[in-house]
Amino acid sequence: MIRVENIKRQFGEQQVLKGISTVFEPGKTNLIIGKSGAGKTVLLKILVGLVAPTSGTVWYGDINFTQLNVKQRKAIRSEMGMLFQGSALFDSMSVEENVRFPVDMFTNLTSKEKKMTVDATLERVGLSGANKKYPSEISGGMQKRVGIARAIVLNPKYLFCDEPNSGLDPTTSLLIDELIRELTIEHNMTTVINTHDMNSVMEIGDKINLLYFGELEWTGNCKEVMTSDNEVLNDFIFASPFLQRLRDAALKNGGSV
Amino acid sequence: MFYHLGRYILLMFSTLAKPEKLSMYWKETARQMHDIGVGSLIIVGLVSVFIGAVTAVQFAYQLQGSSIPPYYIGYIIRDIMIIELAPTFTCLALAGKVGSNMAAEIGGMRQKEQIDALEVMGVDTAAYLILPKVIAAVAVIPMLVVLSAFAGMTGGYIACVLGKLVTVSEFMQGLRSFFIPYNIFMMLVKSVAFAFLLTSISCYQGFYVKGGSIELGQASTNAVVMSNIVILLADYVIALLLI
Repeated sequence: MIRVENIKRQFGEQQVLKGISTVFEPGKTNLIIGKSGAGKTVLLKILVGLVAPTSGTVWYGDINFTQLNVKQRKAIRSEMGMLFQGSALFDSMSVEENVRFPVDMFTNLTSKEKKMTVDATLERVGLSGANKKYPSEISGGMQKRVGIARAIVLNPKYLFCDEPNSGLDPTTSLLIDELIRELTIEHNMTTVINTHDMNSVMEIGDKINLLYFGELEWTGNCKEVMTSDNEVLNDFIFASPFLQRLRDAALKNGGSV
Repeated sequence: MFYHLGRYILLMFSTLAKPEKLSMYWKETARQMHDIGVGSLIIVGLVSVFIGAVTAVQFAYQLQGSSIPPYYIGYIIRDIMIIELAPTFTCLALAGKVGSNMAAEIGGMRQKEQIDALEVMGVDTAAYLILPKVIAAVAVIPMLVVLSAFAGMTGGYIACVLGKLVTVSEFMQGLRSFFIPYNIFMMLVKSVAFAFLLTSISCYQGFYVKGGSIELGQASTNAVVMSNIVILLADYVIALLLI
């Protein structure tokens, strides 16, 4: 479990996060949603320690992550995996080498064991046979899968995904969402996803945190989204007239479309 | 300026972190050695041959009508290549080729969030990305400088013989005259110092790049400009200290 307490972050005069407190639960897909500039990415980067908060604390279980120095953080980081918005794959390495990198760096497995681990992970994300391809030779959806494979290859306790659907078509987005959810349940990971994809919100939002101008505006799950009367949430989720009509129809049917 | 100097020193200290896995660092160092060494052979060889040739032609021109014996051309070319031109010109050329490449490589990784990815994995990014480059450069560049000295002397020989500036035996006599082994030590000290400076400055420029492609280009340019300035400054200081 990850707990954040009164996280604030200021860049110059601009207060990007204004005291966020919430809990990200294990075995669930925890979503951070909000408009562009709401502070989602900054919060995610604070969670993984890429950005330091101006004040507030991040707890991994009973460990105060914000107080740890770089060396002490390594222990927690060995339990983290992260999928970046642009996948952040190493261009000069093949798919297999990308996934193998953390295995090479942090384990003492034999070559055969490493190969088996990498192959099993690639198979799990549906990329069997793509081992020798380079990131520039595969599609955006496949790059995301490689990014996920690299993030989960060491069986992390925590999985962070920054905009996993950005740049993907709706079908591929759904497949990526499903994959993340399945892996979360399989490995009982605490998964934190930063997104503004409405399909993701409705499909895999076990716990949704809506940020609005640096403040936590609303929390709930994907079912509660439909019935919430929070105006900011409704403006954000049901932004288009089509979605509004869909929601009205759903409410008439007792909450299902 | 002091801000950059302080940040550069801190970055250099952070590259000294204990490697997570020595074999991974060695693999990266070997790759860098190949890129810097083999990848720079042609440019270093070409630059040095022409520098030696031009030095021979111009020195022969200055000797015309003087009482200095012609074999001095070989002697001057040997010493000027060993003491000054081989280490300095090689490293200035490498700042343009290797330094800009390193700044662009690390800067590109920063922009594509690859450095963030390494950091989240728990890798000491400064150590993993910079230390192998510095070690590889410090190991390989002195070898390139030695090659450059030989190539320069060969260039001088070719220019003298083809241009009939001196006879082969006069040139060879000059090459063998007044040799001071300490000059080789000076050349190696310079090449190690310049290798460290050009790689560390270039990596620093790439490591802290922000923004987009324009900033990446600027970082690459800054890497070359700053490396060249610092190499020339260090050249002067080392000359004062060692002569």
